Amino acid sequence: MKCAVIVFPASNCDRDAHDAIMHVTGTPPQMVWHGDSEVPDVDLIVLPGGFSYGDYLRCGAMAAHSRIMTDIRRKAGEGVAVLGICNGFQILTEAGLLPGTLMRNAGLKFVCRPVELVVDESQSLFTRNYSRGERVTFPVAHGEGNYFASDDVLDRLEAEGRVAFRYAEGENPNGSARNIAGILNEKRNVLGLMPHPERACDPLLGSVSGRAMFQSLLEKLS
Amino acid sequence: MIPNNIAAHGLSADEYARIQQLLGRDPNLVELGIFSVMWSEHCSYKSTRAHLRRLPVTGPQVIQGPGENAGVVDIGDGDVVVFKMESHNHPSFIEPYQGAATGVGGIMRDVFTMGARPVAMMNALRFGAPDHEKTRHLVSGVVAGIGGYGNCMGVPTVGGEVNFHSAYNGNILVNAMCVGLARRDRIFKSAAKGIGNPVVYVGSKTGRDGIHGATMASAEFSEDSEEKRPTVQVGDPFTEKLLLEACLELMSTDAIIAIQDMGAAGLTSSSAEMAGKGGTGIDLDLDRVPQRENDMTAYEMMLSESQERMLMVLKPGREGVAETIFRKWELDFAVIGKTTGTGRMIVRHKGAVVADIPVNALSDEAPVYQRPFTAKSSPARTPVEIDPGRDIAESLLKLLACPDLCSRRWIWEQYDYSVMTDSVQPPGGDAAVVRVHGTNKALAITTDVTPRYCRADPFEGAKQAVAEAWRNLTAVGASPLAVTDNLNFGNPERPETMGEIVRCIDGIAEACRALSFPVVSGNCSLYNETGGEPILPTPAIGGVGLMDDVAREASIGFKRNGDVLILIGEARGELGQSLYLREIESREDGPPPRVDLAVEKRNGDFVRALIRSGRTNTVHDLSDGGLLIAIAEMAIAGGLGAMLDLPDRAAPFLFGEDQARYVIAAAPDAAETVLSDAAAHGVPAIRIGKCDGDRLIITGRLSIPVARMRSAHESWLPSFMAGDPASRAGLAAS
Repeated sequence: MKCAVIVFPASNCDRDAHDAIMHVTGTPPQMVWHGDSEVPDVDLIVLPGGFSYGDYLRCGAMAAHSRIMTDIRRKAGEGVAVLGICNGFQILTEAGLLPGTLMRNAGLKFVCRPVELVVDESQSLFTRNYSRGERVTFPVAHGEGNYFASDDVLDRLEAEGRVAFRYAEGENPNGSARNIAGILNEKRNVLGLMPHPERACDPLLGSVSGRAMFQSLLEKLS
Repeated sequence: MIPNNIAAHGLSADEYARIQQLLGRDPNLVELGIFSVMWSEHCSYKSTRAHLRRLPVTGPQVIQGPGENAGVVDIGDGDVVVFKMESHNHPSFIEPYQGAATGVGGIMRDVFTMGARPVAMMNALRFGAPDHEKTRHLVSGVVAGIGGYGNCMGVPTVGGEVNFHSAYNGNILVNAMCVGLARRDRIFKSAAKGIGNPVVYVGSKTGRDGIHGATMASAEFSEDSEEKRPTVQVGDPFTEKLLLEACLELMSTDAIIAIQDMGAAGLTSSSAEMAGKGGTGIDLDLDRVPQRENDMTAYEMMLSESQERMLMVLKPGREGVAETIFRKWELDFAVIGKTTGTGRMIVRHKGAVVADIPVNALSDEAPVYQRPFTAKSSPARTPVEIDPGRDIAESLLKLLACPDLCSRRWIWEQYDYSVMTDSVQPPGGDAAVVRVHGTNKALAITTDVTPRYCRADPFEGAKQAVAEAWRNLTAVGASPLAVTDNLNFGNPERPETMGEIVRCIDGIAEACRALSFPVVSGNCSLYNETGGEPILPTPAIGGVGLMDDVAREASIGFKRNGDVLILIGEARGELGQSLYLREIESREDGPPPRVDLAVEKRNGDFVRALIRSGRTNTVHDLSDGGLLIAIAEMAIAGGLGAMLDLPDRAAPFLFGEDQARYVIAAAPDAAETVLSDAAAHGVPAIRIGKCDGDRLIITGRLSIPVARMRSAHESWLPSFMAGDPASRAGLAAS
């Protein structure tokens, strides 16, 4: 599986994404600068977490207009897998690749903690190694992860099996609608989620339940 | 020069006369401004410098001691750890979010200036009494500011400490520590070398913010201090992140001769210090300085403390390489001057020379004072009287929930502590454990001081701060390497305060020497007083230790039913200055606990060996609140109770804060070996019970569910911050 991790100004989980991919797949991803016009020919594009452009405007709004995004949009349309984690999820919604938006956390504070999630959909490139209803623990670390969309959109996401992860009951850290933590696009080749699977790949750090996501991708895309 | 103008610059008449003598003429306003910041307490350490010389600063592990932007210590395999702690007290009181945020930004720059990638942040915070009207606002702003900056940088904030006390009502303390990693052969320093080399400005543009911050930080607060808000800088962590990456990218080439961040006193101190250390002169052309605002004067540019800026001296001809990197990161880059052989700092603006000062007048010739001091004698060691009839369970729950002992989760969950995927031990333990990326080694990091001990007995209190830092590193299994100190005191012109400074420095020196734990960097923050009321003497110690094998780490949580609990160290039941006395008996008196450094070392070395040999991985040091609090914290952390069998059930034994002690949990067979080994090494060790069930039990005296202790421990801070009036009253520190 060939991967690219996009580096925006003030991405700060780019190295973590690199290491997790390297650790699980054995192959280092290419690091691609946001100002480039083209993503190399890869099977998976990762938009990492961080504070692109300082999040001074709406989170992800500036990065969604980076030069590289034109090619990412095109490749996503062609079916290349795109994974957006945290700030990457925010960029994907701002770029219109995923529906809805991520608002300020309901508690109005940044929140960092391991959170229990429920895998709501195992029929995807990203989640096929999980079983539906499986509980996994990924850390969250964000100030704006409160997923919001209109009821129509939420109903449709649920009806089409596009809610990939939900916060377990009582664990919702940010007030997200219907406990939604991660969603798929219509073609199911784009996943955005607020929790960090790349921080859940090392037993010393408390959880290895993120590995299955990268393994799912590896098996399907190699 | 008008006398008013001299006083407004914080200079005494004697100091002004000295400036006239050094220049051979009256200074102009720009020069007066330059002298005022360079000779301020904040930049010159004029009250403390003579005493700081007594600190031990060397050791086989030390690569760079005090004097550079941060200390550097060897951790083997060609790796080094680079660290420093620094205060941002005055700005944080005036504008808590930006004050704390720029404190974080400033200390990170100190570390990456040395060529290190920051890998962990800590912070030591002191706030006023919970019932003081400003405390909530300040806690909320400072925590958000630390998180806002550190989270954006992508550097995990892994721990720290927080105290509440009325002595900080008008002067909170915000001390931030940054720890970075570098390769031993890629360390960068600040001495300008050579003649005719380009002096380069990079980072943000210069604006009018923070003018005279260093002077503000060198004066007491008065009622109009809030009018000083414009002297507080505004942080831009986005630019700092770009600056970090750009600097590290440039540092991987060989273009840099010297580099210094523009912190306090901005362009003035960075240029003067680089030239001073290198023994060169420096010419600056202010017309080339990137400016954020129109019509800035030379005075404003030289004194601006705009953040996220660096000054570098490059090898001639390497400007192009450097400029390409900084332009890629969309940062300003300008050649603003050159090094010279004149030994003078010459500043030009709009074609005219606006300052011409011998460089050594700003550094070597800065005043050093032997201020008069009165040293407090140690309080008498008379037994502390307490009410023997109190209910232990009630005291335990009250202490677990008190502001100085309750869980800090509300704070650290606002910090991204898991980014960089090396935070092996998150906040809440004795020390943070951060893996050295890509290796099996790890750093242990802690910050410690108990200000109430230092007030009662500055010498013993400072020894205790060092001993506790050393103990906390030991308790996770690390070998303590070195410390950074952040000395926070009141007005040094007051002999009693100067006495506290002198005795605390003596205490740090003695403890660091005895524990082979040298001071490699530090910062002094004086004049922390308002309306004549000084803060408690607060010499915060930031300690760093090394673990060869991260898998052999210990943590505080109980892990297995049936593990035997062992108390290491002698219990004398010292209640003087204890939290028990303050929270339960509403008194702050008596002598602080004795610190016997030889015993500390013997007991600690024994515990570390137990961890390394795999006999235990559950260890907690005993400090605030004593034995029963430590056991309760271990139970809460592990979600597992204990059945205790204690030789003494009185409050002094349960809550005394005797030093050099640990509680460990070990499997039954290992416990036998631990006890016999302890006897062989002359280390006091007794069996005090075992891990068991879901309650903490002392038969006949105490039986509390772990869940109830957890709820007491976890609930105070969130409810206080939510404005619950019940949490403000009653539990407030006196």
